[in-house]
Amino acid sequence: MSLDLSTASDLLLGLAPELVLTGAALLLLVVVAWRHTSAADLRRAAWVSLAGLAAAGAAAWWLWWHSARAAGIPVMIAVDDFRFVVDGLLLATAAGTVLVSFGYLERERLLAPEYYVLVLFATLGLMLMAGGADLIVVFLGLELMSVSVYVLAGINRRSPASAEAALKYFLLGAFASGFLLYGIALVYGATATTNLTLIGFQIRSLGLESSPMLLMGLGLLLVGFGFKVAAVPFHMWAPDVYDGAPTPVTGFMATAVKAAAFAALFRVLGQAFGAVPAWQHIVWWLAVATMIGGNMVALAQRAVKRMLAYSSIAHAGYVLVAVAAGTTLGAAAFLFYLVAYTLMTLAAFALLAAKGRDGERDVLIDDLAGLAAERPWLAAALAVCMLSLLGFPATAGFIGKWYILVAAIGAGQTGLAALLVLTSVVSAGYYLPVIMAMYMKPAPVPAAHAGMRLDRLGGAAVAVAVLGLVFLGVRPNRLLDIARTSGAGLAPPAATTDVAPPASGR
Amino acid sequence: MYRDLVLTALLVWPLLAGGVVLLLPTRWAKHVALVASLVEFAMAVPLWWTFAPAGGMQFLLDVPWISGWGIRYTVGVDGISLFMVLLTTFLVPLTVLGSYRYITTHERAFYALLLVLTAGMLGVFVALDLFLFYVMWEVMLIPMYFIIGVWGGENRLYAAIKFFIYTFFGSLLMLVAILALVMLEGRRTGVYSFSYDYLLMHAGGLGPVAFWLFGAFFLAFAIKVPMVPFHTWLPDAHVEAPTAGSVLLAGILLKMGTYGFLRFALPFFPQAGLAPAVQTAIVALALVGIVYGGLVAMVQPDFKKLIAYSSVAHLGFVVLGIWALTLQSVQGALMVMINHGLSTGALFFLVGMLYERRHSRLLDAFGGIAKVVPLFAAGLTVVSLSSIGLPATNGFIGEFLVLVGTFRTYPVPAAIAATGVLIAAMYLLPALQRVLYNPLDKRENEKLPDLSARELAVLVPLIACIVWIGVYPQPILRRMEPSAARFIQTVRVAPPGPILPPAPSGGAGAGGAAGAAAP
Repeated sequence: MSLDLSTASDLLLGLAPELVLTGAALLLLVVVAWRHTSAADLRRAAWVSLAGLAAAGAAAWWLWWHSARAAGIPVMIAVDDFRFVVDGLLLATAAGTVLVSFGYLERERLLAPEYYVLVLFATLGLMLMAGGADLIVVFLGLELMSVSVYVLAGINRRSPASAEAALKYFLLGAFASGFLLYGIALVYGATATTNLTLIGFQIRSLGLESSPMLLMGLGLLLVGFGFKVAAVPFHMWAPDVYDGAPTPVTGFMATAVKAAAFAALFRVLGQAFGAVPAWQHIVWWLAVATMIGGNMVALAQRAVKRMLAYSSIAHAGYVLVAVAAGTTLGAAAFLFYLVAYTLMTLAAFALLAAKGRDGERDVLIDDLAGLAAERPWLAAALAVCMLSLLGFPATAGFIGKWYILVAAIGAGQTGLAALLVLTSVVSAGYYLPVIMAMYMKPAPVPAAHAGMRLDRLGGAAVAVAVLGLVFLGVRPNRLLDIARTSGAGLAPPAATTDVAPPASGR
Repeated sequence: MYRDLVLTALLVWPLLAGGVVLLLPTRWAKHVALVASLVEFAMAVPLWWTFAPAGGMQFLLDVPWISGWGIRYTVGVDGISLFMVLLTTFLVPLTVLGSYRYITTHERAFYALLLVLTAGMLGVFVALDLFLFYVMWEVMLIPMYFIIGVWGGENRLYAAIKFFIYTFFGSLLMLVAILALVMLEGRRTGVYSFSYDYLLMHAGGLGPVAFWLFGAFFLAFAIKVPMVPFHTWLPDAHVEAPTAGSVLLAGILLKMGTYGFLRFALPFFPQAGLAPAVQTAIVALALVGIVYGGLVAMVQPDFKKLIAYSSVAHLGFVVLGIWALTLQSVQGALMVMINHGLSTGALFFLVGMLYERRHSRLLDAFGGIAKVVPLFAAGLTVVSLSSIGLPATNGFIGEFLVLVGTFRTYPVPAAIAATGVLIAAMYLLPALQRVLYNPLDKRENEKLPDLSARELAVLVPLIACIVWIGVYPQPILRRMEPSAARFIQTVRVAPPGPILPPAPSGGAGAGGAAGAAAP
């Protein structure tokens, strides 16, 4: 289906998922304003937001099913499979977050139905960011998301840590936005446009590959995105913020926010800067630093939540390897990895949320001792998540890592591939202790885990995620096909075939 | 029908049975597991007769799996893997029976993991697709990790994580090598395939990068074997693991390393693996393993640790036999692989039985118990003599063949290796004496019960095999000969492609490989 986005009707159609979600969010705002005092109101708000997310997902699916493509002049929003697949992933992540939040908010007595409004608006921002074909749209999406997530991180007003997290995220996030905006300004200065396709066209036709202004703009853009995906050395905010925010919000930040920022990064680098080789060197170093830094520091963590925070930094490093590969194969690997990563991280945070109290800051790895004997199903689910995060065969995490390795080796980045596996070995040093504690150490006191509970909806979300991890580890064919075709839709003009090495000096 | 599906059935059946064990009541777990593993063995035994002694793969099944990446589900056995499959299915029921009294906690989980481990081990031996092989190679890691970590001794957590990280490190490097191999082949030939046969056919033209790929494969397998200096995980894992874990670790898991040399590392990269410098280094490491393993075994106060170090020595014979590349030496290496599984497995069972009686494995805790437990003493004596390599036991056949075969290519290393047999006598016979024949001077040893019927049922099949192979190994040798000959031919006849520069190849190969790795 071809959409001419210069006509109003086709533009509305192309924006259908975002429009539906906006409508749902506004409706929810009205509902919340009308009833917002009791736990029942909280549940009602959650159901409405789930319905909104489902409707937006249906719209994205409809566009994907009809292979919607943009025709005519370049516009501000991309219409391709890459966007639809990322949209679907973001909506599913948001739905998972809502499902986990049901029980969590009541338990922590966070009777604020506005929480769900913020989740919806944040998701909307993420979708715009991932789908923007113009730097301005990317920036607008990023800001909409950021403002919502600042509030979400600090939604637990009784917790000083939550307030600290919000403040820290706000200050550093504003800083990062500044970098990004300044980068956009410089790129505009060099190319006289903010449209991604036109930037790429201008660079090639005017020979701007080594223009200092463009390169400075590109560098600042990378810094801005580096903050959002928490790449070393721009990761300093992440552990404290992840640690202090309510756990479902942490899960949302570690998955959806990261996924959208990466999708935007991929699109910007591929479509606008495909002809500029400089970014590949920068991303190469970012990947190296992030993999080493994230894994090494995670090794020293004793608290589960902080360990997961650093582990998500390490995983950002793995995804950066896919970015550095720079090919359509890299984009496909990136999409598959995002799905696997989202499933395992969301499930891990959901299980952690079930274990703890008061933000789960003080759940140490050893506090999980004896969990397998008392709560075998929860322990098994967490064990699968850990193995998948480790990249163990027969889980989706393995296929994802495998795909990234294929992309990296195919692009001639054997060094990055070797570093990826070496740091994966290091990561066994912090994922395995969780399994050891659960299965191999006795519980310190009888009924140590009696308080651990996952309500039915959260349990269902975790079960779906864990089964999905195992299923995708054994039978990934369908998702691989989707990832491949969607990744190809993002084909940067510079990359010619799947396995041709990029024009990199390495 | 049997020929097509038997291997797949062997892989699926233990998984199903493992699931069933988890669901049934705890008191049935061990019986169900025993029956399931006996059925598994019964399914595998006809392989012995239906296998036609020929070089190629048999019982093949080949279906697409992840077609987008050229990954297929391909399984098959030849004369090399046939005996590994038979040995695995033979040992598993015995380990189940041997664990009847040893395992008292989380029984269902233990037996389920044992069955999953069976599927993983068999998968490694029958996989003929590198992706499938890698998945199986990793999958069997988890059950063994849990078996050591949950049911192990005092220091089990340390041993479990050491075992895991050593193996994981090696196998991930192998993963990169597998991917690089497939990508390089694919770029050259246009077909991206993980199929063993395809890669074997085209691996000849890799050039100097083969050195690096061989290095990665070699490291993964050498850790598993384990070759000195990568052996330090082995004593810890063996000592801490429960009896069933030790038996399978020694009997099967160590063989995966040498199997990997035979199946993958050497046939894929013969120029790299047989380059003079590499060959010399590996033979030297094998000799160090034989001598050093034996000497260290001599001073161990702990019986289990003694056997663990003796494994390092025995596996040194296997590596030596493989790299000597004569028909006798390769057949000898295969025989040592089988024999070590039987003899060392039986030794671990016997030590486990001692431990169940006295809760000690220290040699000094016993003495003169031959009078108290005559059956046990007879069993331990026979098995120890077979481990030393006394004629008319299986141990003799394997090590003799290795030495005879090696002598033709490497006379001096063969002479050094021959001292390994002496050293084996020097650590096992004193151990026997200290446990069985010294004066009975400890009161707590005077009331030890002798072997029960269940324990006899574990040991008798093993001892029967030990004697049978020692007296009449011909049926086994006949079945493995074509495959061994084929292995030698594959490795010797260098496929077309640039031959590596002669020694010193390390530096030159490294420089050239670095250049070729970066396109």
